[in-house]
Amino acid sequence: MTLRIEGLHKSFTGRRSSTQHVLRGVDLEVARGEFVSLIGHSGCGKSTLLGIVAGLTAADRGRVLVDGVAVQGPGPERAMVFQNYSLLPRLSLLANVREAVRSARPDRTKAWADGMVERYLTAVGLWEHREKRPGQVSGGMAQRAAVARAFAVGPKLLLLDEPFGALDALTRARLQQQLIELWGNESDTETVLMVTHGIDEAILLADRIVVMANPPQPSIREVIDVGLARPRDRASVVDQPAFRTIQERLLAVLGEDAVAA
Amino acid sequence: MTSIALERHPVAPPEPVAADRPPRLAWRAPAASIGWGLLGAAVTIALWQLVAMRAPALPTPAEGFGELARLLRSPFANHGPNDKGVGLQLVTSLGRVLSGFGLAAAVGIPVGLAIGASRRAWQAVNPVVQILRPVSPLAWFPIWLMVWKDAGHASISVILITALWPIVINTAAGAAAVPRDHRNVAKVFRFDRRTYLRHVLLPNALPSIVTGLRLSMGVAWMVIVAVEMLSGGSGIGFFVWDSYNASNLAAVVAAIVLIGGVGVVLDFAFLRLAKRVAIEEVVA
Repeated sequence: MTLRIEGLHKSFTGRRSSTQHVLRGVDLEVARGEFVSLIGHSGCGKSTLLGIVAGLTAADRGRVLVDGVAVQGPGPERAMVFQNYSLLPRLSLLANVREAVRSARPDRTKAWADGMVERYLTAVGLWEHREKRPGQVSGGMAQRAAVARAFAVGPKLLLLDEPFGALDALTRARLQQQLIELWGNESDTETVLMVTHGIDEAILLADRIVVMANPPQPSIREVIDVGLARPRDRASVVDQPAFRTIQERLLAVLGEDAVAA
Repeated sequence: MTSIALERHPVAPPEPVAADRPPRLAWRAPAASIGWGLLGAAVTIALWQLVAMRAPALPTPAEGFGELARLLRSPFANHGPNDKGVGLQLVTSLGRVLSGFGLAAAVGIPVGLAIGASRRAWQAVNPVVQILRPVSPLAWFPIWLMVWKDAGHASISVILITALWPIVINTAAGAAAVPRDHRNVAKVFRFDRRTYLRHVLLPNALPSIVTGLRLSMGVAWMVIVAVEMLSGGSGIGFFVWDSYNASNLAAVVAAIVLIGGVGVVLDFAFLRLAKRVAIEEVVA
């Protein structure tokens, strides 16, 4: 599965009819099996870009091609993990995942759907908590359920919108590990596009990091290749010179942008 | 000793540790509120007595409560259409209110959900609702009477109109307030209409739906008295009008007390329902 973003423009009209150009000619190609992180300051349009790829938002100009087919709206080959868990509060974790899988994959049987639900809830360690409601579990567990929900649909492309931003450091580390394992070994999901605020998170997880700049500068400021071999060990990878180099580069680019903004 | 002192001085400093409070204090607050409530009722009755003494046409509290006691001795007596027990009249009125209210809910909740969920439906329905909402539901009575040629049916129809607006507006407000996150989840995972209604729209709108039902029940119970005074024949409103025509104002006063009591019970029932829905929300 390949993702191709061509000449994407998006602007929003504010209350005082001032137009905010959020995305200005974004071009990006993501190869099959690639993990790409989008990083940038708040308001740089990275979440908007993700929303357009998901089919939630329509672009003003340009297009998004998934395996050569233009995105018209949400589709079963793409699934998303939202920032605030976004589980339905009155449904159990099980029902949250099950309803999503059955709705997104009407082409599959109920047995297939139930199998996927059990497989991914088990993979994130929530199978024994499946009858609990989102309000009865911790934020980390809720986000694991949201990750399970996205994987259980069986998407080729996974979209993550600052998935671990609201979690404490230890929980975040565990979930990052789980995400990489699910993506690498446990699923057919090939390609990942993740919006993040975390520099270390981006380096640890991604193959490439797309640095986005605040408007009115060009949207994509720099694309950095992360040449670190997988599997990456959280503890030792930080000491590799390549990690340090990328970290410094990202800090410099984002720092300049902060001054410019 | 201490407890007596505390009861005499309600503003006495609280005990330093809440857990060490003597159990006596646990019912002090409700006891005090009942005491103040009784005081308010006593003052009201005293004022009523004063006014009644000045205006001999008005019944005194003693006459009013005496009539109430007499009415309640055989509330379900039935001596023909012009002499029915007050209980039977209340049951008739309640039946009309519940019928009209049920119809209003059956129409108002789906309409409210539709206009809350769709901007176009809102734009289409809103002007009509805004024009009709401030109209006294009694204005509809002649139309319904022409349609049904039956005062009972016409009364139910007036209640339907009465109860409709609060249900529609509150349901629409609840349906319009579905969090964006939930809508995005429904889009990304391509929920069909039924799944969206059942798992996203209804659960989010439920607390405001119950609020709308409670408001409309309150108004419906107020309006039924007026409708039945207009329509005649039966019901608690007719009872009020009939008592007036028989120059029995004591019975009117007794009926007012009864109508108020039933209204409180109805409101309490919906308040309980609203609390249950709200608690579920907090747990979730």
